[in-house]
This record gives sequence, structure tokens and C-alpha cells, in this order.
Amino acid sequence: MTSLILRTASGVLQPVLLLYSIFLLVAGHNGPGGGFAGGLVAASAFALHALAHDARSARRALGVHPRTVLAVGLLVAALSGIWGLLAGRAFLTGLWTELPLPGGGYLPIGTPLLFDAGVYLLVLGMVLLIVFPLAEE
Amino acid sequence: MVLWVVLALFALAGVAGFVHRVAPRQSGWLLAVYPACIAAYVLATASDAMPLREYREWMPALGLNLSFFVDGLSRLFVLLVCGIGAVVVVYAGAYLSGHPHLGRLYVLLLLFMASMLGIVVSDNLLLLFVFWELTSISSYLLIGFNHDRAESRAAALQALLVTGGGGLALLAGILLLGIAGGSLEISTLLTRGAEVRAHPLYPAALTLVLVGAFTKSAQVPFHFWLPGAMAAPTPVSAYLHSSTMVKAGVFLLARLAPVLGGTVGWLAAVTSVGAVTMLAGAWLAFRSRELKRLLAYSTVSALGVMTLLLGLDSQPAAVAAVVFLLAHALYKGALFLVVGTVDHETGERDIRRLGGLGRAMPITAAAAVLAALSMAGVPPLVGFVGKELALEAVRGTTMAGLVVFAMVVLTGALLVAAAGMVASPFFGPRPAGLRAAHEGPPALWIGALLLAILGVITALFPKWITTTMLAGAASAVRGEAVVVSLSLWHGWTLALFASVAALFAGVALFHWRDLVRESWGRLPAAATPTGWYAAALAMLTRVAALQTRLLQSGLLRYYMMLTIAMTVALVGGTLVLRHDWLPPGGWRDMRVHEAGLALLMVLAAIGAVQAKSRFAAVAALGAVGYSIALIFAMFGALDLALTQLLVETLTVILLVLVLYNLPAGRGKPRPRIRWRDLGIATSAGALMTALVLATGRPAAQDPISGYFIERSLPDAHGRNVVNVILVDFRAIDTLGEISVLGIAAVGVYALLRLRPRAEAKS
Repeated sequence: MTSLILRTASGVLQPVLLLYSIFLLVAGHNGPGGGFAGGLVAASAFALHALAHDARSARRALGVHPRTVLAVGLLVAALSGIWGLLAGRAFLTGLWTELPLPGGGYLPIGTPLLFDAGVYLLVLGMVLLIVFPLAEE
Repeated sequence: MVLWVVLALFALAGVAGFVHRVAPRQSGWLLAVYPACIAAYVLATASDAMPLREYREWMPALGLNLSFFVDGLSRLFVLLVCGIGAVVVVYAGAYLSGHPHLGRLYVLLLLFMASMLGIVVSDNLLLLFVFWELTSISSYLLIGFNHDRAESRAAALQALLVTGGGGLALLAGILLLGIAGGSLEISTLLTRGAEVRAHPLYPAALTLVLVGAFTKSAQVPFHFWLPGAMAAPTPVSAYLHSSTMVKAGVFLLARLAPVLGGTVGWLAAVTSVGAVTMLAGAWLAFRSRELKRLLAYSTVSALGVMTLLLGLDSQPAAVAAVVFLLAHALYKGALFLVVGTVDHETGERDIRRLGGLGRAMPITAAAAVLAALSMAGVPPLVGFVGKELALEAVRGTTMAGLVVFAMVVLTGALLVAAAGMVASPFFGPRPAGLRAAHEGPPALWIGALLLAILGVITALFPKWITTTMLAGAASAVRGEAVVVSLSLWHGWTLALFASVAALFAGVALFHWRDLVRESWGRLPAAATPTGWYAAALAMLTRVAALQTRLLQSGLLRYYMMLTIAMTVALVGGTLVLRHDWLPPGGWRDMRVHEAGLALLMVLAAIGAVQAKSRFAAVAALGAVGYSIALIFAMFGALDLALTQLLVETLTVILLVLVLYNLPAGRGKPRPRIRWRDLGIATSAGALMTALVLATGRPAAQDPISGYFIERSLPDAHGRNVVNVILVDFRAIDTLGEISVLGIAAVGVYALLRLRPRAEAKS
């Protein structure tokens, strides 16, 4: 059920979608977005690949098994909480630091971003774990 | 330090499999070193009169702390748990030598040992409960070690259900006790005994704690799981069921005696259960012909004796309980190991088919005879001392006292006969067809011999062990300093006469054992606790089957229907009962494009219902979803709108993928079903409408959203409040939700993987 138009378009769209998903993840703290939305966008990029080509090719593009992505995501989210414990605070306490930027500004960066990255990976893994087998039928 | 000692034992359990792989021949000896060191340390430092206390916070909000309290009673139990544990680990290495899963057995044995150690040194009752449950779980795995046998699995499950059920009662009892005493630390509760006993919650707390202790210590009517648990390999039986696990209940009784004891309720419940268990266990032991079963029932009987003594709540009884505890651990541990060796060498455990082994296995025979004499209560062995003290302690002038005294004497007689039966495989003629046996490697007999000889030494030179261990333990049970002096000779006392009478009666019983056994019929199965257990289990299965038939049709549409109908009933019911309605307002504020969007959604929904093909229905549903996203966007909920759009897109992709594989529809259902579905769908829609209207009203309390909006940037460095709530303010909720998502995804994945295989089979 692959079509030339879809294949061509997916080649262009996929990198854009993936970049956009990262943007959503990073920008989510201050604007619309976040790990959940980012993960969904990333998943739709791979789902598009699976629809345009086939699931096998999409799996190759992902590189690892979706369940690994899912597990790593959960682990990252949980580990981001350990950080707070190590600092002697409650589990999942957000810890922040300011990275100096070359332009003279500061970029606040903290464990909630790590947590959100975990959510991102988990959502990506979860969707693909279900989409890939279905697309393989 | 106590914490690290316990954790190190858990760590040893973790690496035991590895140790076994590296050094399969010496693994038993190697792994026994650490527990033996703990036992030696406790012996060496036992004369310290002061209890050791240690406190670390773990989850203070729950009242769960890593606090430890090591007094005389704990020391005695640590000695038993680790000392006998070390012996058993060595024995297991020889007994299951070459067994493919010996490494696993080591892991489980040490895990169990560590849990048991945790129980006896815990100060915090919840911590004690955690270890208590760990012993239940590890013993479940140990009893079911031969998991390829259905009998083992059933026995393991039975033990887990009985002790696990008792554990739940114990947890409830602990919580009530905590309320009554105002603390969950045992060391604090010990000073507040009077306060606890006067509290209105005391009867409930006492009952629940006793149920927990009685199930663990196999008291009537929960005794039946213990003989069943003999399905485990012998080293396991020797450890779990002679010296440790079953003593956890006794330990709990002894530990809490100064807090809960001394009331009429305690006296009545604990002594009566103990006395009945003692006699019933002895009788069942006497009736058994299978060696391990016999020992199991005699253990039940011994546990009954200890329970009875603790229930009496007097100073002599506390001393007797402690001495009996030590005596029983020594002789029963030895006997289990002996029986295991006999089984190992001959493959036979039925006493009618065993005999004449003494010549072939002289060392094992010597250990067996010494231990059996101790069990029978013959001087000069420690079993005799224990029995004398027990008789002395229960001797009373009241009618009830006389009855209990008679019961103890009768139990003594039955146990003498049972001890004779345990020793009988080593004497008499060799039955035809018995495999030629010979003495095994040292690891198979050294433990039994050691324990048996300790039984003699303790009785002949009681001073050292009394001052170092027993006095401290008895004092802890009583909550006051107790002087213990043991001796073999107490003068011409009533206890001595009773003891001698029991001995003669026991010899007579042994002589005419078949005659006595035959003259008493068996109880019908329905009248025994085993029968009740089976009936309860069968009932549970029947109820589960019935419920499954009612609720689990296996058809997705029925699950949806049930879920929606229940939600409507529960939420709608609450809404009707609890909510005071205001007429909805604000219609005039609606703008034209909003109304248009709403109309679009209604039309799309109607289209989805009326669609001829599934694809059309999916597309129509997609239109509804995108319209909702638009509404979110219109009202400024950009995050919601974004997520809704994405979810909607992926849902359509998923539905298309699924529909691609679905068989063609079966046409329209019957009108009756259509009407039913219409009713459910309409009520669900009405519920959602009502909910939206109900939540639109201003809340009585200040909503928390103001706080979140205010603190979002300064506290969490984020301007997107929705995201800050998700990843910071409410991060633990999110963590829970994504865990659920992950688990659900794995479930779906498993189902998807299952399908092709099932198709391939058919």
C-alpha cells in the first residue's frame, strides 16, 4: 500500500517532524509542548515512515526495539528523581542550574527537563510498540 | 551496625548463586561462614546486659523506620537463626550435591535467613512486618523448590495463603497497636504496656496480632500447612520448620508479651490454643508413619507447648518457654538432618520399611539417638530440662490448671512414643528390599551430630548458656530481670513423677503403637482444617468462575458497555445525590463560530454512527476530535489542543491499521440491541454534559491553580504552567501515569505477539 507521493513526502517530513518533536520537548517548559506532545510527534514521524515504506524499514530507522526506548524512558524519568534524593531533598525535587551562554545570557537547565525527556522516550516507545506490530500484519 | 549486618546477609543471598558457580564443591561451607560468624559474635558478646538500639529514618511519614532493638530475646533468636542456618547451609550443599538448582536453593535459604534475622532484630513493628512478609515469600519459594511436582506447588501455595492471610491480620493488628500505644517502636511500646491494655482498641489489636502469630506458628486450626510444607527438600524443612520460620510466631508472642500479655483475654486465648495445638500435634505425630510428617507434627506440638507457656504469663513459664525453645531447636534440627540423611541414603521415609541402619550409619545413628532421647525428655538431655520446667510452670491448683497439666503429661507420653519411632530405623532387623546404605560425607552428619551433642552439653553444663543467653531472653519476655538456674535434679517434685509417668506411658504407647493407632478412627475430611482449607479454596475458584462468566464475556463491546454503564451509574448517582443544581447560564456569550463548531461536532458524531463503512466512521470520529482540539485552542488551552491533535492523528493511524486487519462487519444488529446501545450512549453523553455544567460553577474553596500560576516561574523556571505541573509540581503523579502507560503498552504488545502464534497453531 505504499505510494510514491507518500514515500517522497515522508522523506522530507520525517526529519522536520523529528526536529519539531525535539523543539516541543525543549520549549515545552515555557511555551506549548512538552515531553508528551514531543513524544507523540516523534512517534508519528516513525509511524509515517512505516506507512510510507513498511514496518521493517521503520524499525531499522529507529535502530533499537521500541520496548527498549520505552524502558529507557521510564528509567530516565525515575532517575531524574533520584537527583533530588542525592541532594538530600524529596524524590523528584526539581534541581536547577544556570548555564552561561556565549552571548552573555544564561540558560536555566534542570532535572525536570530530564524527566520530560523520559516522558518523551516512553511515549515514543509506547506508540511504536503498538504501531509496528500492527503495521507488520 | 545492625542494619549492615542484616543487609550484608541479603547481599550474600544475592551473590550465593555466583559463589556456587565458582566453587560448586565448597559452596556450602563458604556460604556458611558469614552466618556462623554472626552466631559466634552473638555468643561472644551475649553477656552485655544492655539492649542494643539503632535508629535511622526510612519513611517517617508512614512511621516506618530502620530501627533495631537487640535484647536478650533477640540474641537467642539470632543465635538460632544464624547458628542452625549455617549448619543447614553446609548440609544442603551435601544433600543436594550435584543438583542443577542447588545455587537457587542457597539464594533462597540465605534470603530466608536474612528475613528471619530482620524479624528478630527489628524495633519498628512495620519493619518487622516487612521482614515477616519476606519470610512468607521466601518460604513459598523454598517449599515449592521442586516446582515440577504439583504436590510441592500446592503445599507452597497453601503455606503462602495461610501465613500471608495471617500476615494481613498482623498488619492490621500492628496498626491498631500503634494507635493504642502511640508508637510503632517495640522498645517504646514495652514501656507503655498498661496504657495499651487499657485502650479500647486492645481486644481488636490482640486478636489480630494473635491470628498473625498463630498462622505463622502453625497453631490449631492453622496447623495443617506445616506438614504439607514437608514437600520441600529436607534441608529446607529442617530450617524453616524446626528452628526458624514457625518460631517467628512464638517470637512475636514472646516479644509482645510484656505489652499485650497479662490480661484474661491473653491468658484464655493463648493458653487454650497452645494446649490444644500441643496435644493435637503430639497425637498426629504419633499417628504418622512417614518420618518427615511425624517430625512436622511433633514440631506443631512443640510450638503449642511454647505458646501455652507464653500464655501463662508467669516467670517460671517464661523461663520454661525459653529453655524449651532452645532444646527444641537443637533436637528437632538434628532429627530433621538425620531423617534427611536416611532419606538421602535409602530413598525411604516410611518407618515401617526402615530398620537396622545403625550398623551401616553409626555416626548418624548416634546423633539420632541423642536427639530422640532429648525429644522424649530423658535425662541427661536438654529436652528433659525443658520438659521439667514446662511441667513445673503449668502445675496449678485450679481445675483448668489440672486439665492443662494432664494434657502436658499426655503430650509428653505421645512424644516419647514418637521419639521412639524416629529412632527405630536404626534398630531391629533390616527389612527386605531396603537399599544398602552407608555413612555419607561429613557435611551430611556433622551438623546433626553437633546439634545433638550440644543438647547434652547444655544439659550437663547449663551455667554458661544460662547466664549468657537464656537469662537475658527470659528477662526480655517478662520485661524484668529474671534469674535462671537450670539443673537436671530438682528433687522429688511432682514434675519429676509426672515426667517418669509420661516416660513409662510413652514406652507402652510405643510398644502397642499399631494397636492404639488402629483403634482410633480418622476424622472425616470435612471436619478437619485441611478439609476447610480445601473447601474455602474450591469456593473461591467457584466464585471466581461465576464472576468471570458474568463479567468477562471476552467481547470488547460488552466491556465497553459495562465500563460506561458503571461510570454513568456511580458518577451520575453521586452527581444527582450530592450536587445542588443551578440553572446553566451564559448562553448569550456564545459566538457564532463557536456555535458553528459545536454543530459540526454534532453532525460528525451523527455521521460516525450512521456511517456504512468503518473507515467512514473513523474519519467522522477524527472530525469530532479535531473540532475538540479547536475548541481547546479557542479558549487558550494550547497544550491541550496540541496534545489532542496529536493523539487524534495517532488514533486515526492506529484505527486504520487495526481496521485493515479486521474481518468485514456482520451488518446491522437487531433493533433491541440498537435501542440498548442508544440508551447507554445517551446516558453517557448526558453524564458528560452534566459534569461540564457542574464543574463550571465557582468552587467553594480557592482553587490551587492560582498558587501554581504564581509559583511556576520563580520556583520551577517555567512559564508553561501545564508543563510545570506535569514535570515538577505533580511529577510523581506523572511518573505513576507513565508507568501505567508503559505497562499497558507492554500488555498490548504481548497480546499482539500472541495472536500470530495462536493462528499458527490452529
